[in-house]
Amino acid sequence: MTESLVAARKKPAAVAQRRPRRDPRLGLGRHVSRYWQLWLMVLPAVGFVGLFMYVPMYGIQLAFREFDFTAGLTGGEWAGLKYFRQFFDSPMFWPLLQNTFVISITTLVVGFVAPILLALMINQIAGGRRKKLMQTATYLPHFISIVVIVGMLQAFLNPSTGLLTQVLAFFGLDGVNLLGDTSAFVPVYVISDVWQHCGWNSIIYLAALSRVDPQLYEAAKVDGANRLQLIRHVDVPSIVPTMVILLILTMGGVLNTGFEKVWLMQNTLNLPVSEVIATYVYKIGILSTQFSYATAIGLFNTAINFVFLIAANAIARRVSNWSLW
Amino acid sequence: MSATPLQSKGFFRNRTPGDVAFMLVFGTMCVAILFAVVYPVYFVVIASLSNPSLIATGEVWLWPKGVNLFGYEQIFNDARIWTGYGNTLLYSAVGTALNLVVTLPAAYALSRPEFRPRRVLMLFFVFTLFFNGGLIPTYLLYRDLGLLDNWLVFILPPAVNVYNLIIARAFFEHSLPKELFEAAMIDGVSYLQYFAKVALPLSKAIISVIGLYYLVQHWNDFFTGLVFVRDNSLQPLQIVLRDILLSNQAFAGGAGTGGGSGVGYDQQYADQIKYGVIVVSSLPVLVLYPFLQRYFEKGVLIGSVKG
Repeated sequence: MTESLVAARKKPAAVAQRRPRRDPRLGLGRHVSRYWQLWLMVLPAVGFVGLFMYVPMYGIQLAFREFDFTAGLTGGEWAGLKYFRQFFDSPMFWPLLQNTFVISITTLVVGFVAPILLALMINQIAGGRRKKLMQTATYLPHFISIVVIVGMLQAFLNPSTGLLTQVLAFFGLDGVNLLGDTSAFVPVYVISDVWQHCGWNSIIYLAALSRVDPQLYEAAKVDGANRLQLIRHVDVPSIVPTMVILLILTMGGVLNTGFEKVWLMQNTLNLPVSEVIATYVYKIGILSTQFSYATAIGLFNTAINFVFLIAANAIARRVSNWSLW
Repeated sequence: MSATPLQSKGFFRNRTPGDVAFMLVFGTMCVAILFAVVYPVYFVVIASLSNPSLIATGEVWLWPKGVNLFGYEQIFNDARIWTGYGNTLLYSAVGTALNLVVTLPAAYALSRPEFRPRRVLMLFFVFTLFFNGGLIPTYLLYRDLGLLDNWLVFILPPAVNVYNLIIARAFFEHSLPKELFEAAMIDGVSYLQYFAKVALPLSKAIISVIGLYYLVQHWNDFFTGLVFVRDNSLQPLQIVLRDILLSNQAFAGGAGTGGGSGVGYDQQYADQIKYGVIVVSSLPVLVLYPFLQRYFEKGVLIGSVKG
């Protein structure tokens, strides 16, 4: 091994020349024959993603066709925009759109800002062990399943026996039912989401903060900056690139978030505010098997997502030098 | 852990009043956040052990009162939980094994700079993060493939997680010494041999990290069971949990009686069972957490190297 290492250093040119000569064919054939092992390694992953992600994309045409049981995935007769019109004319359209936007945007904004604040805060902790404890403890809930999170919400917010209900009763708010109240649904959803994911999402900011050059702090202190000013003028600018990247990534999936959690939190009382596009697609498509109609609604959702992604990317390119494409 | 910032030696030395005020406000906030995160989890544990009527009247705060194992007895006698547990263990083990077998080689191939198609292939993978066919075409595809009501639906479709692929690729790209690869190539070692004999043994860190991510993903998977599986004997733990925790399906009678006699539990007893179910189902994650958390964190850091 060491011998060949030395050899490599001595005559790299010879090595570089020998390789192409081994196979004189050109183009794809030569490429495949030289790198067939790499192709072999990447092929299973390509196969799985191709089958389970791209074939359903091909099946999107179902939104423009009549579902035909015998034709399956690609549908039967051409129906044009019939199902999109049906959705736009449906009385559910505006409530669904509104609910989806309210839940998504609130989660996006609060869920984006909270980890930044938490990271700035944890970064202020002096002791290494205390810092570690705080960090480790705050991201623990990230690994609890959504079913359990909603189960905990139901237990804590139970109108008669719940822990939080009792705390509220202690402060004179008797008999509140936060799970059934239409005005409480979004706050409960968002706050529990922040509770669960804030710590986890702050890790990446903390990593960026730990790379800040200590000289910057010293320089700012010499200039008479107090602690808040240090945060504002040294810490915050150093995590802006990370913020931009994460914002774009979350924007791309903004309307995808939370089918499972919304679905689990839904009840007859909060349905007017908790019915979102994703849960409606599930009900229309899977539970009442209107496949074409549900596909059209789903496609509409994906299209809005894409618009968000493009907008976020455009903003990012203007604000910073970073963008997805 | 017990020492708060205020007790450190010489705290007031070299500090302006502004600094002291800052530390006080900030310390209080930190403690409050820590409390808000940890206490609910702690409460679930003590509530699962306490007399439910004392919980309902708000007497259980700091430690369990009227300790009894009624809830756990009910849980351990319930066949559904064990079926769900067994299924989830199976899906997690087989699923994670397949995940690693598929993801690691692909990530390695994509990390080789001389592998020209890697840019196009990355685009192929990353595109799926932002665009997908949606629920219904996916459902119909699974139906055509015979994956509905089939345990393989928990294993095959989630074989590749693109985020994990990106993390693993970043690791192979930045953490393996280039000299090693050059030396091996000159020795005439093939890519496959190099990957199996050199790269993998040096990659225990990344294998643990993405292995854990995949494991947690399988453990917490609720969606697959909800949408694609009707057969109760195939359902994973999360679906069983949903039935018990959220749909308020009563336990099928007290220990051993079976049938409808136990349907009329008091809400209080149902609550204790629910707390117990939460503990039992989250226990593996919570017990392993202190030992594994550095791996969880590492994944985020490796993934963020290139941004």
